[in-house]
Formats: sequence, C-alpha cells, structure tokens
Amino acid sequence: MLRIEPREAPSRWWTLGVPVISALLALLLAAIPLAAAGANIVEAYKQMFNGIFGSVFAFTEMLTRATPLIFTGLAATMAFRAKLWNIGAEGQLYLGAMAAVTVGTGLIDAPSFILIPIILLAGAAGGAAGMAGPAYLKVRFGADEVVTTLLLNFIILIFLQMMLEGPLQDPMGMGWPQSEPIVDNGILPQLVPRMRLHSGLIIALVAAAIAHVMLSKSVWGFKLRAVGENAAAAFHAGIGVRRTLMSAAIVSGALAGLAGVSEVAGLRGYLTTDLSPGFGYTGIVVAMLAGLSPIGVVISAVFIASIFVGADTMSRAIGVSSYLSDLVVALSLICVLIGGFIAKYRIIRTNKGDV
Amino acid sequence: MTNPCVLSLNNLTKRFGSVVANDAVSIDLHRGEVLSLLGENGAGKTTLMNMLFGHYVPDSGSIDVADEFGEMHPLTLGHPQAALDAGIGMVHQHFTLAESLTALDNILLGSESLLSWRHNRNAARRKINGIMERTGLAAPLDEPVGKLTVGERQRVEILKALYHDARILVLDEPTAVLPPQEADTLFENIGAMTTGGLSVIFISHKLREVLAFSNRIVVLRHGKKVGEIATEDADERVIARMMVGADTPATPRVSMEPGAKVLELKSVTVKGDNARTTLHSVNLSIHAHEIVGIAGVSGNGQSAMARVISGLASPDSGVMLIDGHKINRFTPPAMQKAGVGRIPEDRHHEGMIGAMSVAENLVIERLDDPEIQKLGFLRRKYIRSNAEELSRTYDIRGPGIDADARLLSGGNIQKLILARVFERSPRLILANQPTRGLDLGAANEVARRLLKARARGAGVLLISEDLDEILALCDRVIVIHDGQLFEAHSKDRQAIGLMMAGENIC
Repeated sequence: MLRIEPREAPSRWWTLGVPVISALLALLLAAIPLAAAGANIVEAYKQMFNGIFGSVFAFTEMLTRATPLIFTGLAATMAFRAKLWNIGAEGQLYLGAMAAVTVGTGLIDAPSFILIPIILLAGAAGGAAGMAGPAYLKVRFGADEVVTTLLLNFIILIFLQMMLEGPLQDPMGMGWPQSEPIVDNGILPQLVPRMRLHSGLIIALVAAAIAHVMLSKSVWGFKLRAVGENAAAAFHAGIGVRRTLMSAAIVSGALAGLAGVSEVAGLRGYLTTDLSPGFGYTGIVVAMLAGLSPIGVVISAVFIASIFVGADTMSRAIGVSSYLSDLVVALSLICVLIGGFIAKYRIIRTNKGDV
Repeated sequence: MTNPCVLSLNNLTKRFGSVVANDAVSIDLHRGEVLSLLGENGAGKTTLMNMLFGHYVPDSGSIDVADEFGEMHPLTLGHPQAALDAGIGMVHQHFTLAESLTALDNILLGSESLLSWRHNRNAARRKINGIMERTGLAAPLDEPVGKLTVGERQRVEILKALYHDARILVLDEPTAVLPPQEADTLFENIGAMTTGGLSVIFISHKLREVLAFSNRIVVLRHGKKVGEIATEDADERVIARMMVGADTPATPRVSMEPGAKVLELKSVTVKGDNARTTLHSVNLSIHAHEIVGIAGVSGNGQSAMARVISGLASPDSGVMLIDGHKINRFTPPAMQKAGVGRIPEDRHHEGMIGAMSVAENLVIERLDDPEIQKLGFLRRKYIRSNAEELSRTYDIRGPGIDADARLLSGGNIQKLILARVFERSPRLILANQPTRGLDLGAANEVARRLLKARARGAGVLLISEDLDEILALCDRVIVIHDGQLFEAHSKDRQAIGLMMAGENIC
C-alpha cells in the first residue's frame, strides 16, 4: 500500500532541482515519438540544440520568442497568485496591441522617448481594461472568471477582425485586414544589429523584477498572497478582498497588454489577426512551470521558447512534424507538475505485514 | 467489569526517528464496555489507534482480538483489512463520507462487489433498519449525505461500522462537532449499543463527558500509559493531574467591579435564512472588567451575533456602540479601529493563512501600521523581531517563525491568534468557541489570557458550546435561543440547560 503525506518543509534542492530534472525527463520522453517518427534521435537533438545556441541568429530568435511569453507568464502569475483565474491573456494581448496601434500609427506625433512610453501605457491600459471587466463581474456578482475571460478571448478576436476591416485598416494595405504600421518613433529599438530581437525583452525583464519585488516585499503583494491563499481569513483580518482582486486583475491584464505592445511595436510593426500564436494560453503553461514565481517565469519562458524554436529547426532539418514542440512542452508541464507534487509530498510504502 | 476481554493491546511500541510515539502501551478492552482514551494532543492516542487499524506497524508488541465466539486471535499487524475483518470499526473526527451519495450508498460503500445487483440492497436496508431499531441511531437513508446535519452524518458513520459487523467501535472525539443535545443522543445510542455487546473506545478531551459516559479511563502522556482508573473512582482533578502530570491550578478568578460599557447592542436584528443566521432584536451590554458568556445550543444565532461584532456582516436594524461610539460601518477594519479583538470560531479557515509564515500571520491585522510598512513596503526586520517576541511571550511552538502557519498544531494556531489579538490591547474581545478542539493545556492558556484581559479592563464576550467553560470563566451568563438572548439569573447548571433547550424562559 502507498500512503501520501505532506513533507514538512520541501527542501531547497528539491524546489530548484525539480523543474530542471522535469525538463530533462521531458526531452528524454520526447525521444520515444521522435524514434517512432523514424528520426535519428541524436541528430534530432543536435539540430534542436543548434536551433537554439547554434548561432547569434538562432539565440536571438529564441529570446524574441521568449519576450511575449515572459509578459503573458507574468500576467498569469500575478492573477493566479490571487486565485484569480485569468484565462483571457490572449484577448488582453490583442486589446493591448489594438491600443498600441490606435495611438502609435500617427495619432500622436512625438519623439521616441515620449511616444514609446505613451504606446506602452496605452497597451497596458487596454489589457487592464480587458481584465477589469471580468474581475468586476466576479467581485460584484460572483461570475466565474474562468468562463468570462475565456469567452472574452473569442469576442475580442472577432472585434479585432472588425476593427482591422474597419477603422484600424491600413488604407494602403490593398484590402488586407491589417493595421497601419507603427510610426518610426514608436518602434521599440533593436538590441542586436540586423537581428529581430528588440527592447521589449528589456521591458519584460524589468517587469519580472518589479513583479518579484512587489509580490514578496510590498504590502500589496502581501495582501494579494493572503487573498489568494485564504480569502476568508484575509477578509476577517481586515484586508479589502475585492479591492485586492481588482488590483491583481488590472496588473495581470496590463502585463498581457504589454505582450501585445511588444509584439506590435517591437517585432511586426503592424497589427494582424495572427499576431499571437496563442501566447496568452502558453503564458499559463509558463507560469505553472515557474511555480507562479516571477523570476521563474523568465527561466521557464526561455525554456519553452527554446523548445518551440529548437523543435522548429529540428523539424525543418530532419523532416519530422513541428507538432513535436507542442508535445515536449506538454510533457515538461506534466513532468513538472508531478515533480512538484513529489517535492511537496512524500510517498510512503506502508508495510503490509506478514501476509 | 467481569465481562470477557475482546481486545488486548500488548506492549505496543512505535518510534518515529528519535521520537517515541508509543512506549510499551498495554490496554485491555472488555465486552460491552466504554473505555475512554484520554491525553493531550501528541500524547500518542492517534498513533495507538493507527496501529490498531493497521495504518502503522508497531516496532514491537502485539494485538489480540476476539472472534465472534469470544476466542482471542492475534491480529495481523499493518493490514487495515485485517482490522476490519476482525470486527473493528472506526469513526473519524473528520467524516469520510461521499457527500453526493445517499446515506445508504455510503453505508454500503466498500462492501458491495462491483458486479452485484441492486436487489441486494433490500436485504441491506433491512439489516440497517434492524440496527437503527436496536440502537436508536436514526438517519434518513435516502438523502444525500451532503444534506444531512453533522449529527446525522456521524450516525451514518457509526451505522456503516455496525453494518460491517463491528464488535469494537473506536470513536475519535465524536462530540467535538456536535451540539450538546446531539452529544447526549449519541451517548444514549452508545449505551444501547453496548448493552447489545459492542465495545467502545472513546477518544475525547472533554472530562465531563468522559466521566459521565465511560466505564473505564486510560490516560496517555508522552506516549506512555500513565494511568488507568475505573470511572466511578475518578473525578476531574484526578484525571487532569494524570493528563498533564501535575495539578492544573484552575486560574483564580477574582471578582471585579464592572467598569464602563464597552459594548452595547440595542435591538439588533439580523434577518437570516435560518436560525443559525438570525437575531431577533437583541439587547446586550458588556462592561469593562467583565466576561459575559453566551451559552446555547449551536445554531441558535451565535454565528449571526459573532459576524456582526466581527464586522463580517451588517445588522438589518438596530444600533451597536463600542466604548459609547456608534458603529456605522460593519467591516473588519472598522471593528479593529473601534478596538474589537476577534478570535474567530473556525481558526483554521478564518483565523490564519496556512500557506503564509507565522511571522506574516502575526501582522496580518495591522498591515497599515507604520511599524509594519514604510511607503507600501514591508519592514521585514520589524516583522521578524515582532514574531520572535510574540512567540516567546505567547509560547507559540512550532518549526519557527518563517515556517508556514499550517505546520502549527491546533493549540499553537490558537496561541498565534491570541498573540495577534491581545498585543493590540483591545477594548472588547470577541472569543467565539476559543477552546473548541484544544487540549487541556492550550485551553487553560486561553482561559488565562481572557482573565488577564479582563483584569486589564477589557470586556470579553465569550461564545461557547461548552457550558462548563462558561460557568468557570464568566461574570454573567446569557442564554441564546432561537435568535434571542435571555439573561440567566444564577449559575445553576440545570436551569441554564433548560433555558438552552428553550424551556423556563422568563
């Protein structure tokens, strides 16, 4: 018989080691379908490694992919820590992007050091508005935010299509559903010459650092954690539960909105309906892998971006399906969840006695 | 007791690392007997029962159980099924029922094979009805368990054990969750069951119950059996001394002249859905240097009253004054500001945040204090030194101030809450079931702190289901019944008991 009981204090090595071991285990498990697809496993992983670290181009591409994931991972983290299940980062990302192209395509004429902060603020405000609505419905009427935020994603996407074929459409775009380009002064500067990596990454890292400090060192973070861990006790102790939930929602939505700004103003330059290949949803995976730690989000976003970019390269080089990258991401999430469980609980084999 | 022995635990020893949880404990249980197992938290009661049920394998010792013909056989150790087969049933403190299944389904759960047909149920139902008739344990069999009262659920648990032909029943703190009335019914049922030959091991903290309803008392302390006494030879002092190893001085209660009014409720009405949440035009005043006890069967409006005074709910009409100032906003921070210290009824659910540290839990009610924060950032150093100091003063024991509060024992969680409440020197203290589920030592500590606050000049409102506690601590006793308050004119146990039942109310 097996019995499960909580470990008194999960050791530091476990908490750090589990994600790493899980990631390695996931790669190991992914070898099985790779082999089944008839690929040379060593060659496949070599290609994958090259796809991440093989050149400056590969490495900067990986970081470019990690940038929006850091934002959406942080968005999920800040909401989930308050037990506010924001599944709507995808929609909030697009709201942020729409706000960015609204102010950034010629509406305001200003030098970079003024225009870029305005675009960032507008995007954050757009995303925040997208989460403030469901959060208000939750604290006021008890509406389940999982449902409202998830469904809002689809509404926002259709709204985006409408805008891109209407007011936001580029008149020079030959009828394509795309926005006007962000003006030059509004573009986030590149970090490496001739590479796509942009300063959205710096903003994401700063956001992660601020999120970490706010969560662990500020009164606001204290309240947010208290509400998330035990709302009844927090309320009894005099913490404004509704206000805390609303503020967590706004911060979470703003971070998701920044993901949209960073993609539009840093990478693409204009807005289309395929700006995000599900960054909002992947952000949830990033956050869970990171154990809802803002610093961990940076690491897990880089890890997941590596898998995506690496698997892309691999599939192109040796001709296996690129869906394998999704598989590795899923496997690593499962491994980390199991690993996290093992780190928190002890499984004890109870002796059956003499029989 | 000359009845034959049905269970004997022989020299059971269990070590966990360096801790000896049970040290050569031997206990005999006779047919038709109620044996009380007493001991503070951590005395080894649970470990002993876990060995009986095969959850732990003892390091040494053996267990013998009688079969249905009265012959003793050694029990296979470390094998729960063996314990069940030998006719040992257990009712846990926290019930293990599936809420969406009916009572009948729950009773049959585990005894039906997957392939059996439903017609076996009629036979099962007949058997259960027979048991209910014999023992007086009544429970609606076709209601989902989620809709049953706590008392009914407990009866379903007991029926389940009896259905599985238990000859020995272990009840783990069965009355911790029951109002006094239902507890009395339970004891009547136990009486009926033991005349039918069932033997009962009864684990409890409440000395009065143990004295009233058991035949024999075994006391454990630090894993050792320190005493065994026939109930007729025992009294509370003798047992308490066995449990803690020394006389526990009942905290002396000096009489005090009541001071100014600290709390006044004037025709406070709360319209609730049921009796639990309803108050009918309640008037109450509490003075400084005064402990006022609210006695009553649970579910008569205590929780509505506590919620209003804690600031968790607003009254529908009426006025509440604290220190002569009218309360306009009924929110937890408003009450804190007015000087109300609140010890919540459900300390695990409302009193602390298990996943946050002890140090953080100690400051959670005063986050806006300039000592705690500077410009919105926590002053870690102060928070830690504050926690160290309070842990010392209030004797909070556990893995340390940085450890999660969930790792503390029940008694230490209550000490944490006491520390948080009393360090702010509140004018009024609302103590809602402050000793429920605590062992004797921790309960005495709560009583001592309440009396100390009274001496300092606070008013205390003590809501408790434990009438003995109220009689021991309070200056005045008020009975709550059906959302109304009735002042008891004397501390006569009998008269108050009748008032709690809704009779003799003048």
